[in-house]
Amino acid sequence: MLIERYIYLAIALFCIGIVGVLARRNAIIIFMCIELMLNAVNLLLVAFSKMHHAAGVGKAAAAGIDGQLFVFFIMVVAAAEVSVGLAIIVMMYRNTHSVDVNFLNRLKH
Amino acid sequence: MDISQVLFYALSAMALGSAIMVVISRNPVHSVLWLIITFFAISGHYILLNAQFLGIVNLIVYAGAIMVLFLFVIMLMNLNAETEPQKNKWLKLAGVVAGGCLLLVLVAALKQAEVKGKVAMLGTGDIGLIKNLGHALFTDYVVPFELSSILFLSAMVGAVVIGKK
Repeated sequence: MLIERYIYLAIALFCIGIVGVLARRNAIIIFMCIELMLNAVNLLLVAFSKMHHAAGVGKAAAAGIDGQLFVFFIMVVAAAEVSVGLAIIVMMYRNTHSVDVNFLNRLKH
Repeated sequence: MDISQVLFYALSAMALGSAIMVVISRNPVHSVLWLIITFFAISGHYILLNAQFLGIVNLIVYAGAIMVLFLFVIMLMNLNAETEPQKNKWLKLAGVVAGGCLLLVLVAALKQAEVKGKVAMLGTGDIGLIKNLGHALFTDYVVPFELSSILFLSAMVGAVVIGKK
């Protein structure tokens, strides 16, 4: 499969995530769109890892394996991020009884 | 058009359609369910690329653990479509236009990039198997692997401290 098609797919997924972050006000949906963007990048990393494996298969047997390990570490960091982020959203809901991000502009006072 | 191309286009359409539904659906629970479908499609892509370990881990960690956490939080808050705050129509339009502009710029930049003819192998290669990934993980990447355990510990402590207040 040509690498361009994977790049187009990842770009489209990433931009859908951007639109979700910009257009929605619900904090949880914004958070989910961030996860979507992370996954778009993960998909692109795996596709590039297979591309480099195809290019360097004669030179090194493990060519391109770093991309897949990066995806693994991105998943690790995303899991940690979600646990803390959802705790923050729950605390925000307890204080304001809403998950509207516009309430968060009170932080500046 | 062989079977892997058909699968590629089917999974891409599934991922893009459900990603759009994540953004436009009113009910947050529906958004979570659509996002799970997106993750399944992305896992299908991983398996198509023969990255079997990442495909399964994506299902277990994202679709299994993270999305259930989201679902728990949404159900705990008892959100529904009526209480959802609505943004100004113009702001929504501005968000869509900004995202569309980013899409345009990235696609235009890709036209100039030298990626023509490069191929990502489908269904072959063994770097995605657990044996090879595990070997690399415990030899070259053992320090980041151990550091990620500290990251998890601090995230756990942080979540408990924030939640206890």
